[in-house]
Amino acid sequence: MNYFLTEEQEMIKDLAAKIAREKVEPIAAEYDENEIFPNDIVEILAKSDLFRVFIPEEYEGMGGGVLEMCLVVEELSKACGGIALSYAGSALGTIPIMLFGSEEHKKKYLPKLAAGEILAAFALTEPDAGSDAAAIKTRATLENDHYVLNGTKQWITNGGEASIYTVIVLTDPNRGVRGTSAILVEKGTQGFDFGKKENKMGIRASATTELIFQDAKVPKENLLGREGAGFLIAMKTFDQSRPGVASQAVGIAQGALDKAVAYAHERHQFGKPISSFQGIQFMLADMATQVEAARALTYQAARIIDSGAKNIAKISCMAKVFASDVAMKVTTDAVQVFGGYGYMKEYPVEKMMRDAKITQIYEGTNQIQREVIALQLIREELRKKG
Amino acid sequence: MNIVVCIKQVPDTTNIKINPETNTLIRTGVESIINPFDMYALEEGIRLKEKHGGTVTALSMGPPQVEESLREAISLGIDDACLLSDRAFAGADTLATAYTLAAGIRKLGGADIILMGRQAIDGDTGQVGPGVAENLGITHVTDIRKIEQIDEDGTIIVERLLEDGYVRLKIKLPVLLTVVKEINEPRLPSLRGKLAAKKKEIVTWVEEDLEIDSERIGLVGSPTFVKKIFTPPKPSGGKIFQGDTREAVASLLEELKKAGITAGKKGSEDGNN
Amino acid sequence: METIKILLDKCSGCGLCLKVCAYDALDLVDKKVYINERCTICGACVDVCKFDAIEIYRRSFKGQDVSAYSGICVYAEHRKNKLSSVVPEVIGAARELKKDLDKTISAILLGSGVKPLAEELISYGVDEVWMIDSLEIVDFAEDIQADLVARILMEKKPEIFLGGGTIIGRSLLPRVAAKILSGLTADCTELTIDTESKFLKQTRPAFGGNIMATILCQNHRPQMATVRHKVMKAAEKVGAGHNGKIVELHDIPIPHSKIEVLEFVEEQTETVNLAEADFIVSGGRGLKDPKNFDLIEKLSKAIGGAVGASRAAVDAGWIPYSHQVGQTGKTVNPTIYIACGISGAIQHLAGMKSSDIIVAINSDANAPIFDVAHYGIVGNLFEVVPELVKQITE
Repeated sequence: MNYFLTEEQEMIKDLAAKIAREKVEPIAAEYDENEIFPNDIVEILAKSDLFRVFIPEEYEGMGGGVLEMCLVVEELSKACGGIALSYAGSALGTIPIMLFGSEEHKKKYLPKLAAGEILAAFALTEPDAGSDAAAIKTRATLENDHYVLNGTKQWITNGGEASIYTVIVLTDPNRGVRGTSAILVEKGTQGFDFGKKENKMGIRASATTELIFQDAKVPKENLLGREGAGFLIAMKTFDQSRPGVASQAVGIAQGALDKAVAYAHERHQFGKPISSFQGIQFMLADMATQVEAARALTYQAARIIDSGAKNIAKISCMAKVFASDVAMKVTTDAVQVFGGYGYMKEYPVEKMMRDAKITQIYEGTNQIQREVIALQLIREELRKKG
Repeated sequence: MNIVVCIKQVPDTTNIKINPETNTLIRTGVESIINPFDMYALEEGIRLKEKHGGTVTALSMGPPQVEESLREAISLGIDDACLLSDRAFAGADTLATAYTLAAGIRKLGGADIILMGRQAIDGDTGQVGPGVAENLGITHVTDIRKIEQIDEDGTIIVERLLEDGYVRLKIKLPVLLTVVKEINEPRLPSLRGKLAAKKKEIVTWVEEDLEIDSERIGLVGSPTFVKKIFTPPKPSGGKIFQGDTREAVASLLEELKKAGITAGKKGSEDGNN
Repeated sequence: METIKILLDKCSGCGLCLKVCAYDALDLVDKKVYINERCTICGACVDVCKFDAIEIYRRSFKGQDVSAYSGICVYAEHRKNKLSSVVPEVIGAARELKKDLDKTISAILLGSGVKPLAEELISYGVDEVWMIDSLEIVDFAEDIQADLVARILMEKKPEIFLGGGTIIGRSLLPRVAAKILSGLTADCTELTIDTESKFLKQTRPAFGGNIMATILCQNHRPQMATVRHKVMKAAEKVGAGHNGKIVELHDIPIPHSKIEVLEFVEEQTETVNLAEADFIVSGGRGLKDPKNFDLIEKLSKAIGGAVGASRAAVDAGWIPYSHQVGQTGKTVNPTIYIACGISGAIQHLAGMKSSDIIVAINSDANAPIFDVAHYGIVGNLFEVVPELVKQITE
């Protein structure tokens, strides 16, 4: 299939695919079962320059954009959605620095992130603030030349593993969402600690923890953009990162489809491979069609973002919603094709089904995404009417 | 330190399948790859260079498309690559190949260490390495599983794998070493390496570029030739037991007994081969 | 001069040759076949062509005076003054050849204090032992040994020279071949004499055992081959009536070795020396977990065998590389090979296909391992293997 990628994008895709096939797939089940963070894979990705692909050249990157990032996430997710998340989660943490960081921030962090020497993370969610991001309680108060942070962030991908965190905090409790700000916090900062590692249904190779701030002192230069821009920074970051979640979903779905097709060909019942039965054929055909459609929409979203377009929230949400729903459907069907074996941990598809579920939830639940899409539609309609 | 790694482009035999009806090779979809053992040699060459400095050059003999494999070597971190390619080199057996590669190494200015894979997966001979060393008049050691150290005085200490253990050897450079899988874990290419490889000029030498006797290369320079190639007879299906585990195991042991073999000792000599 | 040519008038365009070419070197254009630059002149297409439409023009460089060479010589590999177990097999092969050639069998024996080995060689039916007994010839000093072997071969002029397909043999003989400029065939599984020409027909597997090639060395002497271990039948001892002689070669100067042996470390021979094992139990991906290699070890202990593994199991880090059987691991030829949870990838089959009896235990009835297995049990190995252990120990 020709996806009209450039030669360099093909190169990125091939290399990520090679790493997925040779390095990730053999360990995926073990890392999932034992919740092992894939430091070894991160090192391989770093040495292969794959953390560079979405970072500008002046900061030791290779000058690509969201599509390049998506290609890597998709290929890795074919083998393991959880391991892919260590990469995608770092990209999510890198985006606000690229979009809103000062020159000093960029010079300080981007080359190391590009080299894969350090990982990044992004922290918005709190126990009482999920979809309602404006309900955050983590406070940052300016005292002389420092912000002092107090509060707890929850379910933070790459928690404990990342070296640099973009944390959305409340700087002015009287102003609602306009009172939020984004502050860069380095691991090792006094008063900044990690809570327990979550025991998750899927993506178990990824690290998900609490971030705990107790009078954590952060230099005021670590403020991203300006005070009050926290919510905006979070939303603009998600606009760019959602195609990454979509690619993770496409990758998981494609991985499950590949396994299902191979299995249907091998598995014999009634003296014939089960792929010769129409019931299975129709399932496989629908799965393949859905994956292809999800990929098309994901690439389209990534390309629109990379073109520098302004209103990208809608297409970005569409890609995430569609691809993640497809991933859930296709992985569920893959388990069905495998029958009883599919339900067993010895076979890889039950893990894919568990991994797929999160893509419908994180970086904005699919219900919130639909609201954003609908809101945008209504806005466009109103604008037409002037 | 001058390091030369000799590599061979081979069909990826792990993907070759046999057509059960005709009992012939199915070649469709079989890619050309760098001989897997040579990947370990390349990795070791790059590591030696990283540790001791100098340059590491990949050398190969073969048709023009071998250039792709040399570019792959560059993408891994090899500095330079050179291809010996001429119709006159075609059809070479291990003797003529070793002679030609040695001439290439001489033209490159020689080497302190020459690395090769233990054998190529298409021919499985492992004869070219010792042959190259002989042509260059240098020492060779095969089946190296570890390079322990290289000393200032120009000696190298290696571990060589044997059937029943290993032997530690100290050799004066220059030396040709063939390596086994155990020696390292080859790295994957990097994107920057791949981009560099795309731009790299690969030197290609033909017969006239080398100081060689035209009677010693290619088919003419090869004492051995393949008289016949055939696919081994298709194995006839064996006896398969299914169902109850206890009964299946009992039937299997019964059959093995019938074949004259009991556990713990070899059966009658007639039972063999 | 083109060395390979398609006779277009004979070519029917059937395309059979395209199928056997492993190098993608043939193109079918307008129902005629053309050779492209990828051709290595391996000759696979020539054999398969039903119309004799492909010709290779063969001429090789001027070699030795073939008529001056006579007899069969074997290399007597040894370590710590004990003959390698491959040596009786090489002598066995030589004795089979002798039946057709009716020439003497000689052996080259180099080392220090090796006289008893010379007697042993004679007891296996060697007619003449060419021996250099010197303190300077130590184990692993292959550079000296290659030099001496080459000198002896040039002086004594045997028409055939055979060595074991061991790590030492496959290092030493290529060096010798390059010194004396003769042909060498690696790892032969069959050696016969062509009844008409009296040439040595050397047959060996290539492409990981997917194809067999018969190789000749017409114009150069000696015709050299290494012999795959545990394939040829070992020579049995001959009766007291056999008279062999030991010829000590004193005049050949012994060069200095550039190889200094620091130490030899023997590794757990019982479990690792797969090359010598009569029984091997191997585990693969089907074991699912490294700790399940216990099962394999128990079974191998029960039958007094060695433990092998597939590449998948080794790559997953379940067991060290020294246990790997297959093309990129060890080639084994035991009496019984039991493959547990091994699907039978071609690369694995290449390393164990010539075992006398292959037993496969696998849950997938369609696994390729069953195609080569003499006996198989389709079932859950976690049940079958313990049951095997139980019934065997009973």
